[in-house]
Amino acid sequence: MNRPTPRSLLIIGATVAVVVCVPLVYLAIRAFGSGWGPVEQVLTNPNTWQAAGTSVALAVAVAGTTVAIGVPAAWLITKARLRWRRTWVVLVVLPLAVPSFVASFAWLSLFPQLTGFWAAWLVLSLATVPYVILPTAAALRSLDPAHEEVARTLGSGPREAFLRAALPQVSPAVGGGALLVALYVLSDFGAVSIFRVDVLSRVIFSSYRASFDRTSAAVLGIILALLAMLIVALEQRSRGRAQRWRLATSAPRQPPALTLTPGWRAGGYGLLAAVGLLGVGVPIIATIEQFLTGASAGIDWPDLGAAMSTTALYGIVGMVTAVTLALPIGLLAARYPTRAAAILERMSFVGHALPGVVVGLSIVFVGTRLVPDFYQTLPLLAFAYAVLFIPKAGAAIRGSIATVPTVLEDVARTCGYSPWRAFRTVTMRLASPGIAAGAVLVLLTVMKELPATLMLRPTGEDTLATRLWTLTEIGSYAAAAPYAMTLILIGAIPAFLLAFPLARSVSQPESDDGGDELEDERSARRRQLEGVRR
Amino acid sequence: MKSIRLGTIIALTSLVGLAGLAGCSSASDSDANALTIYSGRNEALVKPLIDTFIEETGIQAEVRYGDSAELSAQIAEEGANTPAQVFFSQDAGALGALQNIDALAPLPASVATVVPAAYRSTDWTGVTGRARTIVYDPAKFANPPTSVFELTDPKYKGQVGIAPANASFQSFVTGMRLTSGDAKTEEWLKGIMANDPQIFDSNLKIVQSVDAGTTGVGLVNHYYWFVNAREKGGVENLKVAQQFTEPGDPGSLVNVAGAALTTNNATNANATKFIEYLLSPSVQEFFATTTFEYPLVPGIEGPVGPPPLSSIGVDPVELNELSDLASTQALMREAGMLA
Repeated sequence: MNRPTPRSLLIIGATVAVVVCVPLVYLAIRAFGSGWGPVEQVLTNPNTWQAAGTSVALAVAVAGTTVAIGVPAAWLITKARLRWRRTWVVLVVLPLAVPSFVASFAWLSLFPQLTGFWAAWLVLSLATVPYVILPTAAALRSLDPAHEEVARTLGSGPREAFLRAALPQVSPAVGGGALLVALYVLSDFGAVSIFRVDVLSRVIFSSYRASFDRTSAAVLGIILALLAMLIVALEQRSRGRAQRWRLATSAPRQPPALTLTPGWRAGGYGLLAAVGLLGVGVPIIATIEQFLTGASAGIDWPDLGAAMSTTALYGIVGMVTAVTLALPIGLLAARYPTRAAAILERMSFVGHALPGVVVGLSIVFVGTRLVPDFYQTLPLLAFAYAVLFIPKAGAAIRGSIATVPTVLEDVARTCGYSPWRAFRTVTMRLASPGIAAGAVLVLLTVMKELPATLMLRPTGEDTLATRLWTLTEIGSYAAAAPYAMTLILIGAIPAFLLAFPLARSVSQPESDDGGDELEDERSARRRQLEGVRR
Repeated sequence: MKSIRLGTIIALTSLVGLAGLAGCSSASDSDANALTIYSGRNEALVKPLIDTFIEETGIQAEVRYGDSAELSAQIAEEGANTPAQVFFSQDAGALGALQNIDALAPLPASVATVVPAAYRSTDWTGVTGRARTIVYDPAKFANPPTSVFELTDPKYKGQVGIAPANASFQSFVTGMRLTSGDAKTEEWLKGIMANDPQIFDSNLKIVQSVDAGTTGVGLVNHYYWFVNAREKGGVENLKVAQQFTEPGDPGSLVNVAGAALTTNNATNANATKFIEYLLSPSVQEFFATTTFEYPLVPGIEGPVGPPPLSSIGVDPVELNELSDLASTQALMREAGMLA
């Protein structure tokens, strides 16, 4: 089934990958534009490598933690019998709605002594764990239970069956989530600045701030981009030839939910509650507290409304742009996983690992020279969002297209459909829920974006994030609180949309969510019967 | 094939349409009534001033707010295509950086020499001044230091909060170099590092950290303390206290916020009008009463609370030299204070 890559798709994909590598071109011009001297100075400075080491350590620590917490959490919300399951699903996805600078500030205001590496680790882990939970839960849900059942008939216990039969199949999803987490951490500025951790993104920032030194900032940016590419390559390699098999030819059925022993159940509830309450509860409590105790408290409703609609508009435009541009690359990676596709995919990840200020300045540089008429207009801002967030859409597109068997498209072709029509009506239709989830994730991130928005938004327009920045910069925390709260609340809408398909998955009568053993057993048997009938 | 052609046509049409729209908007930019300002000073502060300016002059001023250093980098990247005509900066360094790469136009006579020579340069003028001070936690240090040189004392070990990446801190170190010499400055920087300081990104965070009891003393600008007091509902609600260093100590350097014209529209009279407005008595008084900054135009009453500008400040330091941060940063790197 090794079909040749259509040339037009390759050309489109390559064009997109090159265009979204604009920041790299800019960084190269800035870094090497004034000779080798400044470059050497940065490279020979031990602080550079120490910061790079800390960046990697933080990325690895946070990614590891989110996997350690996110996989069990995903298993709980998809496989275990839980009371109020839907509520738990929504709760563990909600931390996505909280920008990391809001979360960091909230933690600091409640625990002023928090500082350093482990403080940043804690807050970033809480903020990013949904990136692992979402894809893992989706993969677990669409898993064919037959493997685990076969493992059970061969004598494995339930735990061993899960570890040996199910886990290897969801590992690409876990890896994809962990990759997004690692890149998020590399590019994050909010948490590392508030908790004062000397990582590359913070050093880059100080070069602009302290020295007006665009050259060394650019050299550091290139190092950060290379680190990101290395991480992406590692993830691509671990993904390798991993694929998902299905034993039966029918659609996968949902296995009965597992009943946990009371001890494990309590632990499970504890884990889910910790993820949700620490990730969302703490920021909300701190925001309310700031509102109630600060002298600048007050709500400017018209301004809040305007910022809210601008945020929604930018979010939607950014989302559509990022998804459209990510489509060819995601398609290549899923359908024609050649070396070329892998390289294009790697290139498209660059923007995601760079701090927003670097991406913003690169688009300022290129935009004012190539398309001055679009400078500081919504189209160019949308392009900046695409550069920053294409990987989020791309990962979802690749994942969901990969699960649609190519034979379905082939069948459509034999029925006389053109390739484009077959793709559109078969593959896209089946992949659309997954792609939509990626799109919503982009929407959520665009709404929280700050540095590129500050530079590239049309003059005079404000988003919730820029208003928040304006007010916190002068210490008016109470006046800023309504903006933070609104940002969390409108972020909760996309978060709900992401949680919805997972919450719906085990479509069982409400009584199943709770207790009585007899009812549980009965419905389990009923579901088993349904499975057999299929 | 047909559908592709249709798609291309749609794409091209929309591109042309967008370009047309953008063209319209840039056409109105060159309008006699238009003015684009990049402000590194906060919107909450500048917006009321802009509203009054529009009302008084009829000039449709548009303001883009951001961080001073980032706006400075942005103007540098925009080059000759910058939409900005005026840059209103939080500190002299961001203006100096642009002056160094010839991204600023000379100031017209009406605004070039309004403030004393110490507070301006060839291509930019200071608007308001601010002093460096020491904030401290009285619970930890009943007798606060009156000179920054005391902070290398072991009794402040682990207690000193600084923001070395912050432009105003670097200006202060530059001032120390100019008044006390490089050798003494280097000794001080190393002494501070040996005292295990707490590193922050901003002055405001230092004030808050001292107020929270996490940091013992901090080096900041004078107005953060007053602003923090107002947010907390009064001086009595603050745990943090403020100390101006003794006259002549580099710890009380006076730096400025300032404005300049970009090379974009050096001849635009509106841009000059805006800078004239910033130097007018009403705006100078506004800053004194709202942000506790020092008016720089002679004859305007200073803020209530801090000591008068004339009583503080080191031997006159050429602010122009403050913007040349290279040697200061080299010293700071040497001392391990900067990456």
